[in-house]
Amino acid sequence: MAMNEIEILKATPHLAREHWWGWEIPVYLFLGGLAAGIMILTSVRVLRDPEGERSETFRLLSWLAPLVLSIGMFALWLDLERRWDVPRFYLAFRPKAPMSWGAWILLAVYPLVALFALGELRGRWRDRLAPRLRAVADWADAPAIKRRLAWGNAAVGTLLGIYTGVLLSAMSARPLWSSAVLGPLFLTSGGSTAAALMLLFRVDERERRGLSKLDLGLICMEVALLGLFFLNLMTGSDTSQRAGGLLLGGPYTASFFGLVVFGGLAVPLFGEAREMRGHNGSRWFLPLLILIGGLALRWILVAAGQASSWNAL
Amino acid sequence: MEPRYVMVLDTRRCVACSACVIVCKTENDVPEGGFRDWVVSETRGRFPALSTENRSLRCNHCAFAPCIDNCPTGASHRGPGGTVQIDRVKCTGCKNCISACPYDARFVHPRGFIDKCTFCMHRKGAYTACQTVCPTECIHFGDANDPGSEVSRLLATRDHKVVAPEAGTRPRVHYLV
Ligand code: SF4
Ligand code: SF4
Repeated sequence: MAMNEIEILKATPHLAREHWWGWEIPVYLFLGGLAAGIMILTSVRVLRDPEGERSETFRLLSWLAPLVLSIGMFALWLDLERRWDVPRFYLAFRPKAPMSWGAWILLAVYPLVALFALGELRGRWRDRLAPRLRAVADWADAPAIKRRLAWGNAAVGTLLGIYTGVLLSAMSARPLWSSAVLGPLFLTSGGSTAAALMLLFRVDERERRGLSKLDLGLICMEVALLGLFFLNLMTGSDTSQRAGGLLLGGPYTASFFGLVVFGGLAVPLFGEAREMRGHNGSRWFLPLLILIGGLALRWILVAAGQASSWNAL
Repeated sequence: MEPRYVMVLDTRRCVACSACVIVCKTENDVPEGGFRDWVVSETRGRFPALSTENRSLRCNHCAFAPCIDNCPTGASHRGPGGTVQIDRVKCTGCKNCISACPYDARFVHPRGFIDKCTFCMHRKGAYTACQTVCPTECIHFGDANDPGSEVSRLLATRDHKVVAPEAGTRPRVHYLV
């Protein structure tokens, strides 16, 4: 019998391939994508229909972006081994390091999204602001400024959404992640989970239909991108086929297909298509499935990617 | 000319005694649970025609080092003689470099920074600790830009390989076969 056995004489912890990234990184990637999606969706609405009426809830939803992003940043911060050294990210710009890009993009996200969201406050919400903030909100709500802010918000949101995938795909050492599809995949999933989250709030009926329709389109795109991701892996080298095997027949298959493909994509796809045809379902069931699927996508890919490697012993 | 440090290990002499692993821990005060080098023993073939190869592995000080590229703070950097070093003060412990290394050569030090083989640069390019204790003298270290060095001679006269060349990082740890 042919054999090829590698006996590790010193069983070192890092050779046992323990995962060095735990729950914090997938949560950060999920919430980063969610924030990006909210930024894009709220801005595109303004750009497509600048004069159009938006419900109070829809306007307030733009505040969700900085909120979920901050929770995600907190998770990333918890992952750092040296939490108080975080300013080090801003003492350097490393163009080849996606995390460096991410750190600097986040600096642009907060002021932009805050200005945009301030401009979305109307009526009693704006009246409650301190006079100076109210003046800023008035300025940000002026049509020409609002348009520019919406463009900026959508552009930076797109960069943020893509970045959450590129952070992983830049690691050629991990064959499961080393795919250019991850950037667009995470961006699309970010958009779809954002629409799902917004559907959990009491937006008006027209907005609800709009968000459902958009979500349906985004889920279809996600299915196509996921198909490309697998095609790429399974037509690649021995190393990438081994990595793909972790999700197709390996230890992550049941969770990936159960939570991401079935629960997060297939059921919402059929459910939302039914709703489009007038069958009314539960208001929160499908959005919740989409959100769980989005989190599971990052969670499982981050875990499985760390288990994938070159045969480098 | 600026030196280009490489390590050359003779798989035909290595007996997998792990003396290099232990001395490295002592020399570099490597914490419990962490290792800067390790030994694998690979058996290949069809019984009874089997062959075993022992390899002492460590950071390859790659010429194209993805750990440096992916480090957001510049803590992982190119050090003397083309080696790859970590600035402990600049390191935030984000672990991007661990994800980026195809050789799993890095680990988290209990003090929060990332640690790995330095080619014993505190010895300023002289013998590495592992080299000094190897009982079969299978570890060689030196300047590959110096045509008269022992490593240059070995690389010119003996068949050699690197681990997982397909990872594309151009390792600077070579194995004589
Ligand atoms: S072996 Fe890993 S840690 Fe060492 S230089 Fe290469 S990529 Fe970096
Ligand atoms: S853990 Fe340290 S050396 Fe590694 S990428 Fe992060 S900052 Fe750089």
